[in-house]
Amino acid sequence: MTAITARIASQPVRSGLWHFVRRNPTLVGGAVVLLLVVLAALAAPLIAGDPIAARPVNRLKPPSAANWLGTDQLGRDVWARTIYGARVSLMVGLSVAAIAMAIGLVIGLCAGFSRMVETVVMRLLDGLMAIPAILLAIAFVSLSKASVGVVIAAIVLPEIPRVVRLVRAVVLSVREQPFVEAAVASGTRVPKILRRHILPATLPPLIVQATYVCASAILIEAALSFLGAGTPPEIPTWGNMIASSRVYLGLAPWTIFGPGLALALVVLAVNLVGDGLRDRLDPRLARRM
Amino acid sequence: MLAFIIRRLISTVLVMGLVGVFIFLLLHLSPGDPAAIIAGDNATPAQIAAIRNSLGLDDPLHLQFARWAVRVLNGDLGISIFSNVPVATLIGQRLWPTVSLAFTTIVLAVTLALAAGVLAAWKAGSLIDRLVMILSVVGFSLPVFVVGYLLIYVFAISLRWLPVQGYSPMSDGFWAWASHLILPSLALGLAYVALIARITRTAMLDVLAEDYMRTARAKGVATGPMLLKHALKNAGVPIVTVIGIGVALLIGGVVITETVFNLPGIGRLVVDAISKRDYPIIQGVILLFSGVYVIINLMVDLSYTLLDPRIRY
Repeated sequence: MTAITARIASQPVRSGLWHFVRRNPTLVGGAVVLLLVVLAALAAPLIAGDPIAARPVNRLKPPSAANWLGTDQLGRDVWARTIYGARVSLMVGLSVAAIAMAIGLVIGLCAGFSRMVETVVMRLLDGLMAIPAILLAIAFVSLSKASVGVVIAAIVLPEIPRVVRLVRAVVLSVREQPFVEAAVASGTRVPKILRRHILPATLPPLIVQATYVCASAILIEAALSFLGAGTPPEIPTWGNMIASSRVYLGLAPWTIFGPGLALALVVLAVNLVGDGLRDRLDPRLARRM
Repeated sequence: MLAFIIRRLISTVLVMGLVGVFIFLLLHLSPGDPAAIIAGDNATPAQIAAIRNSLGLDDPLHLQFARWAVRVLNGDLGISIFSNVPVATLIGQRLWPTVSLAFTTIVLAVTLALAAGVLAAWKAGSLIDRLVMILSVVGFSLPVFVVGYLLIYVFAISLRWLPVQGYSPMSDGFWAWASHLILPSLALGLAYVALIARITRTAMLDVLAEDYMRTARAKGVATGPMLLKHALKNAGVPIVTVIGIGVALLIGGVVITETVFNLPGIGRLVVDAISKRDYPIIQGVILLFSGVYVIINLMVDLSYTLLDPRIRY
């Protein structure tokens, strides 16, 4: 009897975690990879050497015990540069997601609650959405001095319409719910209704959308850097590394595929976290996909 | 129906007008002096003053916009700072590689994606289905340039099956033209394939569950015609919608693909303009690509009635 109760008592914790992992393989898998990359980026000085130091004698060396991912055309350590590159990618991805969500949420809430704002804003966003994101970002960057801040702003701009549309759609559906009607009828003021009743409903789909915006921002930053319209070339980013080493593809493929693999892995992990969150938070959408 | 087409055309013109306003404002509200930006980095103060004068940059903003819009509508996209050639001429010279790349990519990607999506839905839950689903998640996460260099490394450098880079016009032979476009189309189309295959699978699963599909099977319709004529045609609307939306993905990717594979197209024109800070070129190409995107989505909207006669406007 005591043995059985003991077993039941000890079970929930272990099987609970295991159960969660089994039920959400994509969420957990993506989150674990992402966590490892974040830790590596934070601990960069501890686990990687100098990403800038050039040693021309040592140029284009294949992967070895000293240089895990080999060296590039200036003899710089590809592993160190890849680890430091994660810092820029993660920072851009997170900043763009946070800023685009904040701006999109405010505009979307206003558009969902005012007919006049809605007509004007939705038309404007249709125009903005017709401009391909990378080209809009290129134009934005080419008119300013290249810096990480400008790159973030350039990527936020084309991401905003998607967020606004999502928020507006949620507001439009929640606004017809009886509890909102009751709040309106009892004389609650609009700002309070938005804060107390509408905002909570927008959060789950917004969090899912934030992960997709983050993945797309990381990809666009890398593409902009690769095209020479992004982060200044002296900062090691995955896009910059691939751009500067691309003529050595045949001689030293590790200079391309080191950062390339890191980029693909991080974007995949973020997308998997997004898919996993979507399945948990937004079952209606999950069934449709 | 006619009323719908007219309404849709008006909204298309409106959207293009807004694109024009955004691009105009981007230049004129940016911190620098537009005249200095258009004149380029090596211009003398006298040249900048001349441009300021000829563009009427001291006039009110709405007047400037009206003048600029009239010029754009007449096909005048401005003059390149670096080469001093009209932007429209430069785009014309670079048109064919880009059109070729877009054409082969769309044909290749849509064919592959429809096949994969139909197969996955037909054999739902099988190994093939799971493989297609995994590929569609992974394909959506792989950056165009990484896929491009991987394809070059494997098929051009290691196996030597296909040329590494460059473009060969069709007048020099069909195979030379096609062989230079296979790898770029695959690299550019991968994310597009992933997107379309996923939607095709979902739409097909919905249709395959319909009663008339069971009837078709009971009547003994052969599998091929059953999947293609009965099922795929009825799953067409969401698929065509995604094909249209995905064009935005392709347009962004064209710029990167042409850089990776050294194709002398419109995308390369923009990338070369970045380092020379040649803003008129960037502006002209954005207008062109946005126009293409808007027109393709207009055609998608109009195609709904052809695909599904039940849709009436």
